[in-house]
Amino acid sequence: MNEFLQFLTEPIALRSLWACAVIGFANGFVSALVVLRRSSLQIGTISCALLPGIALAILLFGFMQLSILIGAVIAGLLVGLGSLFISRRGKADHDTALSILHTTAFALGYIILIRLGLQQKVDDWLFGNIMSMSDTDLWIAWATGALAITAITILYRPLLIFLFDPRAATAMGIPTRAYSYGIFTLIILVLVSSLQAVGAFLTLGLMVAPAATMYLLSDRASLMFWGGGLIGSGGSILAFFLSYPLGWHPGATIIVVLGCIFLLAWLFSPKYGLLRHHG
Amino acid sequence: MVTEHDHICWGGGHHHCGGHTLAVEGICAAYGKNEVLTNISFKASCGQTLALIGPNGAGKSTLLNLLAGLMPPTDGSMKWNDTPLQAARHETAFMPQRTEVNWAFPITVRELVEMGRYPSTGIWKRLQHHDTEIVEKALHTLDLTNLQHRQIGALSGGQQQRAFLARALAQEAHILLLDEPFTGLDVPGMESLGELLRTLTAEGRLIIASHHDLSTAAQIFDQALLLNGRTIAYGATTDVLNEQNLLTAFGKRHITVAP
Repeated sequence: MNEFLQFLTEPIALRSLWACAVIGFANGFVSALVVLRRSSLQIGTISCALLPGIALAILLFGFMQLSILIGAVIAGLLVGLGSLFISRRGKADHDTALSILHTTAFALGYIILIRLGLQQKVDDWLFGNIMSMSDTDLWIAWATGALAITAITILYRPLLIFLFDPRAATAMGIPTRAYSYGIFTLIILVLVSSLQAVGAFLTLGLMVAPAATMYLLSDRASLMFWGGGLIGSGGSILAFFLSYPLGWHPGATIIVVLGCIFLLAWLFSPKYGLLRHHG
Repeated sequence: MVTEHDHICWGGGHHHCGGHTLAVEGICAAYGKNEVLTNISFKASCGQTLALIGPNGAGKSTLLNLLAGLMPPTDGSMKWNDTPLQAARHETAFMPQRTEVNWAFPITVRELVEMGRYPSTGIWKRLQHHDTEIVEKALHTLDLTNLQHRQIGALSGGQQQRAFLARALAQEAHILLLDEPFTGLDVPGMESLGELLRTLTAEGRLIIASHHDLSTAAQIFDQALLLNGRTIAYGATTDVLNEQNLLTAFGKRHITVAP
């Protein structure tokens, strides 16, 4: 226990704790978009598709935060929009195109990272390494989180109409195409900023579980955003404190904790829980 | 100015000179290279209920989409009081088919109705006292005041339709575009919705709805547009739905009209 308290006084621990709070909140907040659009699996495939972007950025520019970030965003956009393009121009449906594109991209990224001699790093990209976060990483997480929350808060009313009833939104003159690209870009930005913490594989959990939990607890859309943020950051902080004494991988612990919170809500939610009192 | 249809136009606050008429002239629509609507023309005014009738794939939904501004026509013009309908977006309200709605979405009836105020307030303005009054009036008109804090999935089919109609009322639109509003309702639900639509038109709205049930069309709608990619007949519902026209529209498979 003393050892743990000592560890907490170190800057790296403090930075990780901040990262948990910030990344958890940003992901939880944005997760409401994913849950309300019912597009979890699409986001999951796109998060894995970020890998080749990261690998190519390292290949071309070396380890530079910004180039890695931009590489990941470009890869995500290419796979996301590419799958749309393929499904619109051919017989294959969108899910099929997305599955093939994202696994191909993922495999390519893996080959490049191995060829670059970054075997050790691969684990970090897949599962995250919150202890390796630099101040720059933390700042990027802050900035993307703030951008996402500000944009969503300002556009909240039209956004909700768009999420609920896209056709009526178009009929009301809301630029729905711009909204869907905007949402997509925002999600990719937040995904990328959380890669360091939870990695490309696990980031889907952080991007879905918080709002999904709120969805079981409340009938208010605004609570899915803010409550999702609180669950995301609270769960991540809790996981941070659990992972050290247990000796568990921090990123994986975050996902396990959020998964458990979701299960608890699924079982015990007063309104929609499996074990609620009937009557 | 008094129009030829003597009615009071509820809400809106927009002044119209020359009556409230929707004039559609020669519109065509296509998905890619497939032309789905060819040369559709009709004129309809406030105070009318117009049914769009035709077999599956006849272009009923496409026509509604065109009127709602969800897709552009490839040719032709749509005018509301001699101005392009595209420039009068606040005048049309769209109601989706019930099966297309995500009923588990976490909003209440009141929040759904409040969405109708968005075109008037825009992004930057909050709901004012005036908007709240309109929302409450819409809820009251459709008998939803007691249900306003319910999540929309916790309503009956008829109540769900009314909630969407209330949103259209809150939008203060003159033209209500309804996609298959009667689908999935039981007989009492259909009857009360039909009566409601008549009340809303009597207050000065123009209701245009796609409708697939030939046996109820004449009871509910006073005008009908029978189509199958092109106009087959347009006019009073009872005149339009004659044996000859139905045969042209539906081929041999058509269902006979109940007396």
